[in-house]
Amino acid sequence: MIRAVMVISTQGKPRLLKFYEFQPPEKQQEIVRYVYGALSGRPDHVSNFVDADSVFGQGTRLVYKHMATLYIVFAFDSSENELAMLDLIQVFVQTLDKCFKNVCELDIIFNFNKLHTILDEMILGGQVIETNSDQILNHVDDVARIEKSSSTTSLVPKSISARFGR
Amino acid sequence: MASPPPLPSSTSVLSSASSLADSLFQRSLDDLIKSLRSDPSSEPSIISRSLSEIRREIRSADPLTKSIALQKLTYLSSLHFHSMSFAAFHTLELLPSPSPQTKRLAYLAASLSFHPSTTDLLPLATHQLHKDLTSLSTSSSSFPFLPSLPLHLLSLASSPDLSSHLAPDLVPLLSRPSPLQPKAVAATYRVLSLCPSTVPVLFKPLVDCLSSDNPLTVSAAVGAFCELSAPPNDPAPYLPLAPEIYRVLVNSRSNWTLIKALKIFSRLVPLEPRLGTRIVEPICKFLRESQAKSLVLECIKTVVSCLSTHTEAMRLAIDKIKELLSSDDDPNLRYLGLQTLGMLAPGHLWALEESREVVAQSLTDPDRSICHEALRVMMAMTLQANSIESCTLLVRQAAKSDPEFANEILDSVLTSCSKDFYELVVDFDWYVSLLSEMARIVHCTKGDEISRQLVDIGLRVRDVRPELVRVARELLIDPSLLGNHFLYNVLSAAAWISGEYVEFSKDPMELVEALLQPRTSLLPTSARAVYIQSVLKVLTFSCNSYINESGSLVNDSVIARMLSLIEMTVGPLTESEEAEVEDRVRNLLGVVRLVANIKDLSGDKGKDGMIYEVVRVMDDLFSDEMGPVSANAQKKASVPEDLDLKENLADLSEFISGDDAAMSRSNPSILFYPQSRNSSEEVEVGPTRVAESTSLEEHRKRHGLYYLSADKETTEPELTEDYPRVNETLPPSNGDTARRVKVTKPRPTVVKLDEGEDLTASSSRSTKVEAAKDDPLSGAIKDVLLGREGKGASSDFDASSSSQGKGKDKVKGKEIKSKKSEEGESKDRHKGRRKHKHRKEPAPSVSVAQETPVIQDFLL
Repeated sequence: MIRAVMVISTQGKPRLLKFYEFQPPEKQQEIVRYVYGALSGRPDHVSNFVDADSVFGQGTRLVYKHMATLYIVFAFDSSENELAMLDLIQVFVQTLDKCFKNVCELDIIFNFNKLHTILDEMILGGQVIETNSDQILNHVDDVARIEKSSSTTSLVPKSISARFGR
Repeated sequence: MASPPPLPSSTSVLSSASSLADSLFQRSLDDLIKSLRSDPSSEPSIISRSLSEIRREIRSADPLTKSIALQKLTYLSSLHFHSMSFAAFHTLELLPSPSPQTKRLAYLAASLSFHPSTTDLLPLATHQLHKDLTSLSTSSSSFPFLPSLPLHLLSLASSPDLSSHLAPDLVPLLSRPSPLQPKAVAATYRVLSLCPSTVPVLFKPLVDCLSSDNPLTVSAAVGAFCELSAPPNDPAPYLPLAPEIYRVLVNSRSNWTLIKALKIFSRLVPLEPRLGTRIVEPICKFLRESQAKSLVLECIKTVVSCLSTHTEAMRLAIDKIKELLSSDDDPNLRYLGLQTLGMLAPGHLWALEESREVVAQSLTDPDRSICHEALRVMMAMTLQANSIESCTLLVRQAAKSDPEFANEILDSVLTSCSKDFYELVVDFDWYVSLLSEMARIVHCTKGDEISRQLVDIGLRVRDVRPELVRVARELLIDPSLLGNHFLYNVLSAAAWISGEYVEFSKDPMELVEALLQPRTSLLPTSARAVYIQSVLKVLTFSCNSYINESGSLVNDSVIARMLSLIEMTVGPLTESEEAEVEDRVRNLLGVVRLVANIKDLSGDKGKDGMIYEVVRVMDDLFSDEMGPVSANAQKKASVPEDLDLKENLADLSEFISGDDAAMSRSNPSILFYPQSRNSSEEVEVGPTRVAESTSLEEHRKRHGLYYLSADKETTEPELTEDYPRVNETLPPSNGDTARRVKVTKPRPTVVKLDEGEDLTASSSRSTKVEAAKDDPLSGAIKDVLLGREGKGASSDFDASSSSQGKGKDKVKGKEIKSKKSEEGESKDRHKGRRKHKHRKEPAPSVSVAQETPVIQDFLL
């Protein structure tokens, strides 16, 4: 299964964290620090896989993609295929790209909830449930539409409805 | 902006006023993020300020204010690692919110922060989850994705209790085709693994999903079974599903699904090798035709791990591995190539051998992950036959690598070479010089292990001792090594070896000079003590050979120089503050003064028989052969009859406490080695380890180690009558010697005592297997799949198992199915399919051994 999805900036700041096995906050911080340490030391143009035995347990690995100022990292165990995970990162990035029209770090920073919505359409409890980025987007849009239609009746601070409306 | 109505009720005017202010001037999540970004340096203060805001706002009666507070808190908790456990109740309060937006926020907060281990309130969510899970069937007005929210929560934060309560609600979601079905499948896996008692309810609908029309559902279901059968779970209960999964394997178009199906088969084939012949054909087809690298990779892994007897598949897989290895432009493929190559060992070493060059080259790759894999492969293909070549190459590589990787290389060389009493090592002369070469590598931090092995080999392998002494000499005479604190243990081991096996030394004088060189003052006490003790041994040996005129190694002038050198350099150390050093220095000087007389009497040897006698006795003492000590030796030593272990040792503390305290203050790391081999007192105290003498325990705690240090390489095991003389008692017909006979070059005998290690390993393995058998999940699944009438089974389960009894013959089962499907009622069709499945996997008996017939039809 997928153990975690992490988006970490090249400065070491977490931008999105989702652990599919419960980790208390202190442990999460430790994991982010470890992962960032492991990734930031790696030169460009090397493989995208790193062993993660010491944080996620025996046989687990990280697959990551370095995009501009972000590391997108998936942690997975022996029940997943390495190249399939690499594909999945691609799907995730593609979906973000379509959703935000050329995604950049700022989009990720300001769309905390939407990112989780996208991720939740893709992975549930560590299991991949959808790999088609268009389908994922459709579902996310549906959710946004429903929430928007219900929120027009209530009074919501601008900033929030704007975020949900995107 | 309109203000939400403040709740008057019982709250005080003040708090309702503040709540109103909170609502009016509440900062949104965006505001929070902006302020965090505008001033990164004052982040902690901004966060603590907003946390206190949130604590106030979240108690607000206005749901909107509350939800925004929760949203901010979720953000801070998720990305700034602040605990949000205090908000658990508020999160629960928002779960039933009519606004889908708030509901979603609440569910997100819950799924990110709830866990049975930390959230006591989790049971309170049960009802709401039940309501939301079933909302689709009860009211169509609510938004259609609602049940997916509790599914996420259920899969991330469920407890066994919650799982068993909500399992029935998953059944309709599982059995009705909808966009939610895959999600329900994924959540079902988590529920099943958390709460095996839900198996009777959930397992059959889950199995049915394997034959769903929705490819996503099939994919999720195969994924779920892949997880369920993953180690440490026992895959055996899923064997009856093989036909279903085979159907997926040949019919599915999705690479994702195929990969998961292959993973399941790679766990099932070892249990039922005949499955291999069925799946080998589609796998070969994928290997030949598939364009998807991920699928090809999975096929390679499956073939390598469980189809190695199928030559055609093996050939294809090995070709593909070579293809991966040769993809120069893609490090990922090279990495995975190495990984799969490592899986080929030990069965197909010829294939590894063919790629040896690529592997060796990969050790220098800039990518650490590739280096790791290359190292792993390298070690996997290291055998007795090529160990010299491989290890030399690796150690040479370590010398060139960065510190971290260098030590990893050294670690794996040391570990694999010492495994099973140095089974890999044929030429010990080579190995000990390799050890010293490793110690000299600049970044080497493996000194402890190297020194352990040097001494261990010295004790176990008699034939290697001359070479060992030569290697030790080289280490000792190099003054530059004394500055490297990682090597102190190695030097200490070298000093011990030179002293213990001094008879192989070519130049005792040089040895004494090396052991007493000025830079030895850099050594820690424990190492220094060993150095001085070794000087004593060398001196005794020299004197003895001088007296006996055995060989021309030692003459008048040598003895004279040696004595004066020792007196000059060691003399000042009598004032040493380190008890360990001081003690030995005094011993040494005592002997020096004693033998100083010999020189004067050299012409007339018969005159002072006393001195000769003393020298000879001492030499005898040191020349006693030592061997490795069995871990069980202590147990074998019988307690002397006149020793009263229960005797109170309290009076001991009176004369210990004084100088003891002083010593522990000056040097807390002081070690007490069993110095005197002839001291009967020591021997008598030894067995008290068995007795629980509290004062002794305390004493030992205070000094770390006592009497028998754990790593006793630098010490001498007591060779008194009470202890078995390890070397002598060793039966020459030790079972393991037979194994080594086939080696062409005679390999020196390695003394082995504790073969028990293997025993413990295998016993732990077997208990693990037993544990897997006892696993409640697999037990429950076996019950369901094999139609065992479990006591705890629900009525639903009973019904289906009785239907299985009826539908034992194929035709009848088919009739039932067709009849039911004619009725067109979905529920019945579902049932019919279930029966059909059951008939396909009839289990005449409950015993595990008889599971094989279960899929007989499929195999033939």
